[in-house]
Amino acid sequence: MSVKQESVIDQIKSTYDVYKIREDFPILKTRIRNKPLCYFDNAATTQKPQQVLDIVDNYYTSMNSNIHRGVHYLSNLATDAYEDARKKVKSFINAASEKEIIFTKGTTEGINLVANSFGRKFLKEGDEIIISNMEHHSNIVPWQFLCNEKKAKLKIIPIDDRGEIIFDEFLKLVSDRTKLISVVYISNSLGTVNPVKEIIEIAHKYNIPVLLDAAQTVNHRPVNVEELDCDFLAFSGHKLYGPTGIGVLYGKEKLLDAMSPFMGGGDMISKVTFEETTFNELPFKFEAGTSNIAGAIGLGAAIDYVSSIGMEKIAAHEASLLEYATQRLKEVPGLKIIGNAKYKSGVISFIFYNIHPHDVGTLLDYEGIAIRTGHHCTQPVMERYNIPATSRASFGLYNTIEEVDILVDALKKVIEVFNA
Amino acid sequence: MLDPELRDLYQEVILDHNKSPRNFKKLETANRTAEGYNPLCGDKIDIFIDVEDGVVKNISFQGSGCAISKASASLMSTIVKGKTVEEAKSLFEKFHNLITGKLDENASIEELGKLAVLAGVKEFPVRVKCASLAWHTMLTALKNENKTVTTE
Repeated sequence: MSVKQESVIDQIKSTYDVYKIREDFPILKTRIRNKPLCYFDNAATTQKPQQVLDIVDNYYTSMNSNIHRGVHYLSNLATDAYEDARKKVKSFINAASEKEIIFTKGTTEGINLVANSFGRKFLKEGDEIIISNMEHHSNIVPWQFLCNEKKAKLKIIPIDDRGEIIFDEFLKLVSDRTKLISVVYISNSLGTVNPVKEIIEIAHKYNIPVLLDAAQTVNHRPVNVEELDCDFLAFSGHKLYGPTGIGVLYGKEKLLDAMSPFMGGGDMISKVTFEETTFNELPFKFEAGTSNIAGAIGLGAAIDYVSSIGMEKIAAHEASLLEYATQRLKEVPGLKIIGNAKYKSGVISFIFYNIHPHDVGTLLDYEGIAIRTGHHCTQPVMERYNIPATSRASFGLYNTIEEVDILVDALKKVIEVFNA
Repeated sequence: MLDPELRDLYQEVILDHNKSPRNFKKLETANRTAEGYNPLCGDKIDIFIDVEDGVVKNISFQGSGCAISKASASLMSTIVKGKTVEEAKSLFEKFHNLITGKLDENASIEELGKLAVLAGVKEFPVRVKCASLAWHTMLTALKNENKTVTTE
């Protein structure tokens, strides 16, 4: 081990007690075929701390009730807890008002909401929407639906061999025809951290709103919507150590006000007759039907949890893991990392020229290591690099240096099996 | 040391066929072709068959996939060559039962020959599609339906 690697380890250990943090996650004690679980599939979903599990359990045990319209004790308790979670989200991303925080079932719904409520209202034939080559399918398909319906055009920002968007090409795409730019903040398959602030600055010169897919961001670094000045931002609770089925769409109040509801139903109305309906105020206008109340409260608990550790510290811990792992993976013969952007988050996609990712995944599983294999819902990224799939290890706040060592040793064994 | 269950899945024969797949080429004389696709993992396979008088005279494949799918395609190509179309179909039925663990314990697997090395797949349900992609694609080619097969 090099001096540099040792200093990286020291740095991690001195500022961040990962072993104590791991105690909060009961599932991390799982043993798989008598080997300790090494969970490196955090970009798919993260594990939940006891603090979140307890809050969700407590909601069902002591306050389960429907929100907003009840006159009884439990309904008031549940409503307060649900709205309290919204306040936590507001502070967490530094939104101006709770009206700007819409609970969804996840990032996908948030993007679909904007495509339907903003896109269908403001887009017309010949208009354009800009996305990038590294988008998750959830930030491609909703725009294709919209563009097909409106006879609008989807423009794609190309990416280079390192996995960075080509900024000059982006500049060429922006025009008076552009009605929205929707880009991923951090790529789930490449780990690239995109220059979103610069993108937003350019967009705003043309008065173009920008939607950020922050599914892989809010869990890894502090996000401040006021500072970014983004117009929309979507993320999921389950990647932020919270429950599945809950997410958030942030939108600037002025824009949300101008948009029509995405879904019709209960809670999103103020008055309904058979002739017409008037809509409820923000944010309820966009929350038709009974929301995932337990999920929202659980997300609030997850925000409390990560905030108690500190997003800056989590970011530093994961950056050290990324640096250490990137170095150590160089020891594995034939391993090639896909995605070598200058600014990267804790995601490492890799391939071997002669071993398919599925085989890598199956062999690692027998070592207790959970990674993702496949196209990671980013098929255009795979096409860009002319590969069918990658193996992907993605880090969370509870991963350790020792787990990276286990991964590297296991990969060396994979090579032995296939190159024997 | 590999776990025994894993060793059952990745037998030497499979590793060998993965490394040096047989009949891995485009068949110029093919009169039946089909493309197979597994959207789950992005695996693609092209099957080329030369059928004459109801007999698989020659068969080859191309594409990318995991060791299981590649070895399965390679083994399939060696075993169905010379068989009648009907024999190839019934072989697939038996093979499918083998990899999904539905084969009667008393059933003879002699007919399956080397395909028996893929029996370990039954312990890995997510890999059944890998092992069967080539076969589904071959059946489509034999039906002469010129279309893309998916495992979904």
